[in-house]
Amino acid sequence: MRVLVCLKQILDPDVPARDFQIDPEARAAKRGGANLVTNIFCENAVETALQFREAAGGDVKITALCYGESSAEDCLRKAMAMTVDEACLVERDGNTNPDAAAVGRVLAAAIRRLEQDGGPFDAVLVGRESGDWGVGQTGGVLAEELGRPALGFVESLQPGNGSVTLRRQTDVGIEVAEAEPPFLVTITNNEDNVPRIPKTRDVMMSYRKPLQKLGLADLELDSEEVRAGSSIFEVEEIFIPADEVECELAEGDTLDERVDQLAKRIHEVVASIG
Amino acid sequence: MANVAVCVLGSLGYDRAAQGAAGAGRALAESVGGELHALVIGPAGDDAVAALATVADRVVVGANEALRDYQPEQALQAAEQLHAAGGGDYVAVLLSNDTYSQEIAPRLAHRLGGSSMADAAAIRMDGDHLLAQRTAYGGKAISIYRLKKQPAVVWLRARGFEPAPGQQSAGEVTSVDLALDAPRIRITGREVAVQEGVRLEDAQIIVSGGRGLGGPEPFQELKKLADSIGAEQGASRAACDAGWVPPNWQVGQTGKKVAPELYIAIAISGASQHLLGMGDSKVVAAINTDADAPIFKHCSFGIVEDYKAVVPLLTEKLQAIAR
Repeated sequence: MRVLVCLKQILDPDVPARDFQIDPEARAAKRGGANLVTNIFCENAVETALQFREAAGGDVKITALCYGESSAEDCLRKAMAMTVDEACLVERDGNTNPDAAAVGRVLAAAIRRLEQDGGPFDAVLVGRESGDWGVGQTGGVLAEELGRPALGFVESLQPGNGSVTLRRQTDVGIEVAEAEPPFLVTITNNEDNVPRIPKTRDVMMSYRKPLQKLGLADLELDSEEVRAGSSIFEVEEIFIPADEVECELAEGDTLDERVDQLAKRIHEVVASIG
Repeated sequence: MANVAVCVLGSLGYDRAAQGAAGAGRALAESVGGELHALVIGPAGDDAVAALATVADRVVVGANEALRDYQPEQALQAAEQLHAAGGGDYVAVLLSNDTYSQEIAPRLAHRLGGSSMADAAAIRMDGDHLLAQRTAYGGKAISIYRLKKQPAVVWLRARGFEPAPGQQSAGEVTSVDLALDAPRIRITGREVAVQEGVRLEDAQIIVSGGRGLGGPEPFQELKKLADSIGAEQGASRAACDAGWVPPNWQVGQTGKKVAPELYIAIAISGASQHLLGMGDSKVVAAINTDADAPIFKHCSFGIVEDYKAVVPLLTEKLQAIAR
């Protein structure tokens, strides 16, 4: 079987709010001193794919794919250090903030190209949303571009008899589904797909694994058409909200007095609800 | 003629989220001088259809039995066909923020040649384009997106919108027979999480615990506090990821978006991603050892103290007041 995992490189989302700034020209966050990291749900997807390979007894080849800047090579190397088998980077060609339609089109073209060379992907895994813009549309768009069925918010894949068993999170609990390959899933996190820390030896080995680089021209895509022609949305405005409020802290000489004050405030609100 | 559609899943009925989506739809329809249509995916209760008819100018129901239990591929096909059956001339197709609507939205937009957007807190038309406001960068920023293609297919932070007002005359209800293929991904089982009380999204009071609790046991202590004031329990992502409590307790960017009258955050520092999930709470109270924790910039009142010392005493006092 072949499994593909899509990765996105983003600004570290754990940058504290006080260090966060907007670049009004670019209508995006300023890089500042922030690191570039792999989006966490994409790393959950890598981990989920690795666990699927282990459960299937090893006969699964995993490819990582990214449409990003040349710096995104780091994300792909890290995925290979986590023991993904091979990787492909499609370089962005100046389109700094592509929308979901652009990303979906490019990823679909790259997937078809990789399938021509190495056979079909039974499963395509995409993170449910990114930690930067968090729009969460790429998986759905990609499923449609590929014409494959899809399921969102999946937390695990288990090999079945000619099909794959999926578990996913919904508002009301867990759903179990049977999927006939080829299909696409978006991956969410749970306590079992926390990304593994690569072993030193695997980090060394990752540099010997194949990392293919492609440009849009290799995929017979026109960069201007991808940038503007098929775009479905753009950022009109972005700003930092000023929503800090004054907090009234419980006061008093003893803990009992302070907690008493807190209890009274809580009771006031509760009583007002009725 | 330009109309607005609100897409409702029959199995979920005309709940608070659907009411909010319909309210947003009515406001948008008025702004473009068009009608509001409700597209109902799957069999719905008579009361839900009747309620939709009081707020929409037209209700189109695809009541195929195959849609009784949600299947993503078939629900998507249904939405596409209901869109056509309703006339297809929609500037926007609006959905609620349940899991199913969230996964359908981008795919439906793609099939209709439109634009999709997620988790919109406010929407309005600007010429032919819909502008959608939402958070970005894990709640650190607010962004406004221009959706360039019609229809704009948007799932909304639906409970944040006022319910649609009733109309003078009931909308026309039509039923459509849909052509559905056998899906290649089929949901075969549901393990509905045992949920005591109401859904977190609908809760009036929530007591949430975070990383600072250090393990699963303290949630028992928080439960006593919650019980004393009739609250539901929630948690931060850190607590859910650690497996201390089930994933469906998670409040935050990638968890539940809650809007209670009172939200009590215990041992939660207040990362922007968490604030994003609880930002619509009317009153927020915090218990935390760190006076510099961001949560204290987003609460009405609080106490800088170890929860271990505060929670049992607080529970005792609240129980005494209740008596």
